[in-house]
Amino acid sequence: MKARVVHYLNQFFAGLGGEDAAGSPPGDRAGPLGPGRLLSTLLAPEAAVVATVHCGDDLAAGDDGALVRIIELVTAHRPDVVALGPAFSSGRFGLACVRVARALSDRGIRCVAAMHPSNPGVDEAAGLTVIGCGESARDMKDSMERLARAVRAVIAGEELSEEHGRIGPLARVTVVAERPAAQRAVDTALALLAGNTGLSEIPPPEFGAVEAASPLDDPAGATIALLTEGGLCPVGNPDRLPSARAQIWLRYPLGDRAGLDPGEFMSVHGGFSTVWANEDPNRIVPLDEARRLEEQGVIGRLYGEVFVTTGNGTAVASARRFGSEWARELHNAGVQAAILTAT
Amino acid sequence: MPTALLCNLTSIALKVGAPRIVPTRGIPYPTGDPSLEPAAERALRRSLLLTALHALTTPVERPTVFGELVAA
Repeated sequence: MKARVVHYLNQFFAGLGGEDAAGSPPGDRAGPLGPGRLLSTLLAPEAAVVATVHCGDDLAAGDDGALVRIIELVTAHRPDVVALGPAFSSGRFGLACVRVARALSDRGIRCVAAMHPSNPGVDEAAGLTVIGCGESARDMKDSMERLARAVRAVIAGEELSEEHGRIGPLARVTVVAERPAAQRAVDTALALLAGNTGLSEIPPPEFGAVEAASPLDDPAGATIALLTEGGLCPVGNPDRLPSARAQIWLRYPLGDRAGLDPGEFMSVHGGFSTVWANEDPNRIVPLDEARRLEEQGVIGRLYGEVFVTTGNGTAVASARRFGSEWARELHNAGVQAAILTAT
Repeated sequence: MPTALLCNLTSIALKVGAPRIVPTRGIPYPTGDPSLEPAAERALRRSLLLTALHALTTPVERPTVFGELVAA
């Protein structure tokens, strides 16, 4: 009997639209959809895509109700395996795949997601099966072949490893060590003193490399944006920017303000005393002097909005997502460079 | 997109690989210094922004700290 594969896609690959449809609700349909047709062809004859479940990225990556609905839709199709993506380097899609796969795995349903190693979803995928794939939809064919191979291996009952193209953190497994922690800690400390740094039992986090963008030609001819992780918001924090562990960012129009007034703006950052920022919010976002540089022609134009979040206990994956969303928005708005203040 | 990161904890900025880093005087006030008189603080802020513009227009290959402030 053919194995039943349910395929999860975002709004874009389901053909519903781009950013304008990122809030579209969970939905499903019988059989493969969009790139799922290729997946189903690659899985034949042992398996077939029996249904496609899709949801807009904004909802799928963050909304609890949407997640519950997605799980209902997927399980209603009685999958043997659920294939998710490929999400390529699309951050919210990758995070959505991981969220859905986590919830399904908790219910004992086998899942395989595919995304590029740089996708923030990979960092959140401990214990889940993620297959590395290309960076963008240009790599669809090769990426889908990798996903299909992994799905077939799961159907065959194999445990997926790096040889299958698996990436991301592996599940933590409890084991009994030969020697107690105190002895190992002392030995590691002594080895460190002797210059051996390779004994740590917990690998330090790797943040990867940020490729430096080409420099700006001439600030006088450029539009430049002001950004901050300093928890800047209007007094009273009407949009409830969190003071720590932010999973959102916000935007505030600057209008024709010559600076940021203390009666109008404040900081809700929970990682330092905000007394000085609240006395003069230009200490967090330097609008007053940036405006002067704009008036004097040193800066061509200041972008009309400030993007804000709170960088206090913020997950690296969230920060990476904010960064890629900011970059995309600013690019689309014709901004050439950014000045980001960090506290 | 070239981005100048104005922050006090340059060691963290280097560790996470930010390409263009401009050091500031204190964690709670990246573009200020409350110990200064208002006019001097404004001049410092202008200077930090000019340094940021200098960083934005400078080619870099690896995380680079622009420690020398451009005069206001």
